Amino acid sequence: MNQHTMALQVTDITKQFVKSEGFRWPWKRNGKKSGGNGRKTVVAVDRVSFEVHKGEVFGILGPNGSGKSTLVRCISTLLLPDAGTILVFGHDVTKDEIAVKQMVNRVSVEASFFKKLTPMENLMYGARLYGLTAKETRERTLEILQRLGLKKESIFQPMEEMSRGMQQKVAIARAFLTQPILLLLDEPTTGLDPRSKREVQAFVEELRDKHDATILLTTHDMQEADGLCDRIAILDDGKVVALDTPANLKAMVSQNGHEPTLEDVFMELTGKQLVKEDEQVQ
Amino acid sequence: MTQIVREFRASYAFVERNFNLVKRYWGWEVVWMAYSIANALSITYIGAGTEAITGQVIDTGYMILYLLVGTLVWHYLSVVFDNVSEMIAWERWEGTIEYTFMAPISRFTHMIGQTLFSLVYGLLHTTIILTVVAFFFKLDLSEANLLGGLMMLIAGSLSFIGLGIVASVLPLLFPERGAQMTHVIQALLLLISGVYFPISVLPEWMQPIARVSPATYVLEGMRDALLDGASSGTLLGYLGRLVIIGLAAIPIGLLVFRQAERYAKRTGKLKRCG
Repeated sequence: MNQHTMALQVTDITKQFVKSEGFRWPWKRNGKKSGGNGRKTVVAVDRVSFEVHKGEVFGILGPNGSGKSTLVRCISTLLLPDAGTILVFGHDVTKDEIAVKQMVNRVSVEASFFKKLTPMENLMYGARLYGLTAKETRERTLEILQRLGLKKESIFQPMEEMSRGMQQKVAIARAFLTQPILLLLDEPTTGLDPRSKREVQAFVEELRDKHDATILLTTHDMQEADGLCDRIAILDDGKVVALDTPANLKAMVSQNGHEPTLEDVFMELTGKQLVKEDEQVQ
Repeated sequence: MTQIVREFRASYAFVERNFNLVKRYWGWEVVWMAYSIANALSITYIGAGTEAITGQVIDTGYMILYLLVGTLVWHYLSVVFDNVSEMIAWERWEGTIEYTFMAPISRFTHMIGQTLFSLVYGLLHTTIILTVVAFFFKLDLSEANLLGGLMMLIAGSLSFIGLGIVASVLPLLFPERGAQMTHVIQALLLLISGVYFPISVLPEWMQPIARVSPATYVLEGMRDALLDGASSGTLLGYLGRLVIIGLAAIPIGLLVFRQAERYAKRTGKLKRCG
């Protein structure tokens, strides 16, 4: 498969962080009593590889701290990987940053905005950074936000007066406004009420079906992943422990008297490892 | 669409956003303006009171203007410096920093936008303060070279933009206390640049350091222009030095910022914190 049909190629990506273990005086950092230099290395993403085809909805599941958001940040040029390569439609995220940024946008779990500004002012700011004119931004903003179920008058009220669900819809509008060909959705429905969640999920389906967008979705909602994703990678401790279609993943686990769900897959693949670690500790 | 139009639009995004924020935080703007006016008046009244304090006969009008130039120039340069250096701290506080850094624009465009806003905002602020202070004192500007003074201010802005860009690295590298750390740079510049006194009264070892500060040349040039009515030709020496320092400071600032951004992306410091 050539680069034109491959939206994302992640090859052997590794990212680790150095964490402080609390304050120590410099002259005590290497002493025997301190037991080291007061710092430890945490491997957040460990030699992860996968490919996402153009027009595909690719899910990443994993427990908290499994490296999902770190991976998304590496793809969106916010973190530099320690090793490996990431290509977005053939462009390397570290060498061809601006080209990648033009193709990608992201929605994260926190809908981060200038809270005193209105959705329109926030989106105008974001859209201008991507070269859009005021006129096209206004038209598109009204269209997308109303499609997402936001009333016209709320578009001109400060963000701080909006519910979390409404803010998250504005965050989705901000990402979609720039018409990215690769959309990174990092837990976009976490903390939303069932109605808002459904509206966001329906919008993602519409993006996939009508706008030919490639979507990378991380979520803790197994039903959401099952319904939206063409393929799913399960991440645990920074490593890919499984990667397949939802149906094939479900076929991997034992039935236990009922039709296996993605939750069963998740528990079996990530839970087993926890047991192994506990055993090692003992 | 050409790249230049695209970059111009992106730069304007920062100007528009910042003016929108000024509108929304109008209460803070009123408080800040009242503080700045009170501060300028307090310092200028030291000049008015010098005769009463020392019991000596002195040229009070000259003294008032000397201190007024100091307080206005310092206010303007501080506003420019603060606005440029705060661009990271503010975005970190609002949580928008990752979205701005994900946008397909060069850091130069980002800085130009923030800088344009800070120059316009600084000039507006300083003009309002000057207008209010003028009501309290009988200022004799009949001999002043106002155009020369304005040229000094604009030339001095270049260096302060460069210094502001360097200072904005601190909140990038130190998410929790970086913004406060930038005040150290301002305090040192205030001490060595002869804002309220001639640098000749500083200890001898400090005077060569004062000659490195761009604020020293802005203040000396402004005082020559406004107090002594020095011609624009006479001010060329100051202007030349300020332009040279400014033209060096901005690329150095951008280079330092680029390195800091790379470090932040390597260590994960861009992530929202604080």
